[in-house]
Amino acid sequence: MDIKINGKTVSIEADPEMPLLWALRDIAGLTGTKFGCGIAMCGACTVLIDGEPTRSCSIALEDVSGEVTTIEALEGDDGALHAVQEAWIEHQVAQCGYCQSGQIMSAVALLESNSTPADADIDEAMSSNLCRCGTYPRIRAAIHTAAKKLAEV
Amino acid sequence: MGKLLRRTFLIGSAATAGGVAVGFYMYKTPYPNPLTADADKGESVFNPFVKIAADNSVTVIVPRAEMGQGVVTTMAALVAEELHVELSEVKTEFAPAASVYYNRAMLEEGAPFQVFDNSFIAEMTRDIQGVVAKFLAMQATGGSSSTVDAFDRMRMSGATARAMLIAAAADKWQVAAASLKTENGKVLDPALGRSFAYGDLVATAATQDVPETVTLKDPGDWHYLGKSQPRLDMRAKVTGKAGFGVDVRLPDMLFATVRMNPRQGAKMTGMDASAAEKIPGVVKVINLGTGYAVVADNTWTAFKAADLVTPEWAEATYPATTDAIFASIDAALKAGGGFTMRDEGDAPDAIAAASGKAISARYSAPYLAHATMEPMNATAQWTDGRLAVWSGNQAPTSIVTQAASEFGLSASDISVHSTYLGGGFGRRFETDFSILAARVAKEMDGKPVQVTWTREEDMRHDMYRPGAICEAAAVVDGQGVPSVVFRVASQSPIASTFGRLAGAITPPGNDKTIVDGLWDQPYALANYRVTGIPVDMDIPVGFWRAVGHSHNPFFHESFMDEIAHSSDQDPLEMRLKLMQPYPAAVGAVQAVKDMSGWGTPLSADGVKSRGRGVAFCLSFGTWVAQVVQVADTDDGIRIEKVWCAADFGTALDPKNLEAQMMSGIIFGLSSAMGQEITFADGAVEQGNFDSYDAMRMNQTPEIQVRVLQASGKMGGAGEPGTPPSLPALANAIFAATGKRIRQLPLSKEITFA
Repeated sequence: MDIKINGKTVSIEADPEMPLLWALRDIAGLTGTKFGCGIAMCGACTVLIDGEPTRSCSIALEDVSGEVTTIEALEGDDGALHAVQEAWIEHQVAQCGYCQSGQIMSAVALLESNSTPADADIDEAMSSNLCRCGTYPRIRAAIHTAAKKLAEV
Repeated sequence: MGKLLRRTFLIGSAATAGGVAVGFYMYKTPYPNPLTADADKGESVFNPFVKIAADNSVTVIVPRAEMGQGVVTTMAALVAEELHVELSEVKTEFAPAASVYYNRAMLEEGAPFQVFDNSFIAEMTRDIQGVVAKFLAMQATGGSSSTVDAFDRMRMSGATARAMLIAAAADKWQVAAASLKTENGKVLDPALGRSFAYGDLVATAATQDVPETVTLKDPGDWHYLGKSQPRLDMRAKVTGKAGFGVDVRLPDMLFATVRMNPRQGAKMTGMDASAAEKIPGVVKVINLGTGYAVVADNTWTAFKAADLVTPEWAEATYPATTDAIFASIDAALKAGGGFTMRDEGDAPDAIAAASGKAISARYSAPYLAHATMEPMNATAQWTDGRLAVWSGNQAPTSIVTQAASEFGLSASDISVHSTYLGGGFGRRFETDFSILAARVAKEMDGKPVQVTWTREEDMRHDMYRPGAICEAAAVVDGQGVPSVVFRVASQSPIASTFGRLAGAITPPGNDKTIVDGLWDQPYALANYRVTGIPVDMDIPVGFWRAVGHSHNPFFHESFMDEIAHSSDQDPLEMRLKLMQPYPAAVGAVQAVKDMSGWGTPLSADGVKSRGRGVAFCLSFGTWVAQVVQVADTDDGIRIEKVWCAADFGTALDPKNLEAQMMSGIIFGLSSAMGQEITFADGAVEQGNFDSYDAMRMNQTPEIQVRVLQASGKMGGAGEPGTPPSLPALANAIFAATGKRIRQLPLSKEITFA
């Protein structure tokens, strides 16, 4: 089955019922997207499908109709980072780091749809992403910084 | 800083404890350096912690687990500071499993003395514990001890390597070493204006004698230490490139999962795997005795097929329900006995004498799972009778010991490759997930196998924070000073943990973690008694962030709040009064008083009411006071703000310490707001984040942290933020609503917004 991932069409030989997460990790070799719960409760597996934040652990390959964007696509070939990633570094957000791919993908989706999110918007968009290290205060600050960075571009 | 002997660096400063009864000669013999055998071409090994290559690249070997606490960056900064190299260019590697990386500070913290007890016997026993740590040679991350342990050792590693580079340059130039300087990866000869890059010197420098003495920088001259440093692992963690255990990929690797008896530790008496074996992609179903593994060509197929196996599980060897488990804890409490860890004056007598005026309360805390973001996993491969394990773990040498015992190997036949940890919180101190992977791989003819647990398997096969019940009683004298008695009963995390570790000796004496947070607090009371009662049950329990300090401070500091209110004292002012002999405690409490505007009226605009609560806890050498502010709203209790003041003695990286405090607070509040592990039919009922959740972005309060450095002795950071958060929240809820909640989680009696 052919799926468009990060700008390339990838042929994946797998059970059509396999969740996208496992095809990315175990077949396509894209391990930046993480397994956390398997029931769309923690957001560690968040990817974008046609720009929409999607829990890849809970969507079957056969149901993926749009283009998939994973954390690997945010970094340019020249090493340039997305404004959200830059803001994450500026605020020193990550601790263990395991949930951060999902957090960043959710933040990217939020800022694409709302370039000046208020705290309530951040609450709404980010509360599906669990972080056991408690990096939320810095995630909130980094999203505000990223919004400013994107506005300057 | 004074001169430190090289010997001190190699064997740990515990050598000052002459007269220790164990073999002193053995203790003086340094452990071998594991790097010498496998150094890459062009790399020169200076000591077990520093390698420098001909291309000038400096590699710092990190002997501790990076589970979010920032230890990679701090370890590198300690070396870079004394080696005089650019920190941002330092490379890091996780250490192999080797005894030379033992953690002395961790067992020192485990000694049965209060942090503020510097008496001869306390210092003596801390040193003996250090000796024990070396004999057990535990390369482990826990007890918020990594930086305390590393502070001298890693700086000495950098300083001795630097001295050897200078000596090599002095040889080449035929000048006195004392006439040379170092700067940013170069040895300089100021007299003649010439220089060598370190890379040009390494081949000869590494063969120089290790200096007998080196002088460390005075803290006033620190370039990196004491200032916030960008984390060296940050870029990898925002690009998805940081390698966790689940990200290990090896040629021809198979993917597997395990399902163990949910009645923990009990056998599997039968298994029908026929349906699972028919699933395309399934390679093998393996009977593991207490459960089974499914090996497949991807993880999802292994998960799916594992659901189709029909196992027969033996009964649990512990009480089968939460009620029965807590009845056992209660029975132990009622039976009395136990061990008394603090006994000043005669508190029971003072309380008995004040008939009718005493107050008493009974508190409880549930079993808790660690619920790290990354479910348990490990990868293993057997090659020609040798075992290799890849895992994110907190105790590499324990994996070696356990595997050697289980498979009849010598330690030299086992290699452990440590990855980043997707959370630890004490769970990855255990060896079970690594050993299970080794057992599965053993059946797979030399192929590497990655064994990933489902979230449900992870939550139902933890080594839990033990449930506990505490009875407290007090009477307050005319000066507002209480006499208090605490009696607490729980399983022993130490006995349970060391009982699982092959070849480990359970430390002698009582398990102080049963009473930590009750007996070791800096309150000057004339009558103060704390008794711990160990409960003998087979539920696996272990180290959960802050261990005994995770629940006992809820009992202690809630009761102090009750004492204050019962005697018309302000809870914060009462603490300041009772903590007078301990300036670090007073300083922390005074700081949160100032930060929070304690005592000023709170408006109730837009809500039913607001309230503030205060709590204090000294744990892992760090003195922490917190004030929590809550609002009672139509949707329930909203946690609005948290102020935290923490005295670390010495703060090597203030911004990282702020992050650790926020982390500990959110971890503690998460548990207080709703986490509880319950049992039915011998199995844990919760399986995933739908039934065992944690704080989310929309519930996260504004948190302000103040870093203090007045205590005079360096403390830890990973755990001390957690303990005061729970009682400060409960006390704030009392202030806002008048409702005193004495059981965790607080959600048993109140709703959170």
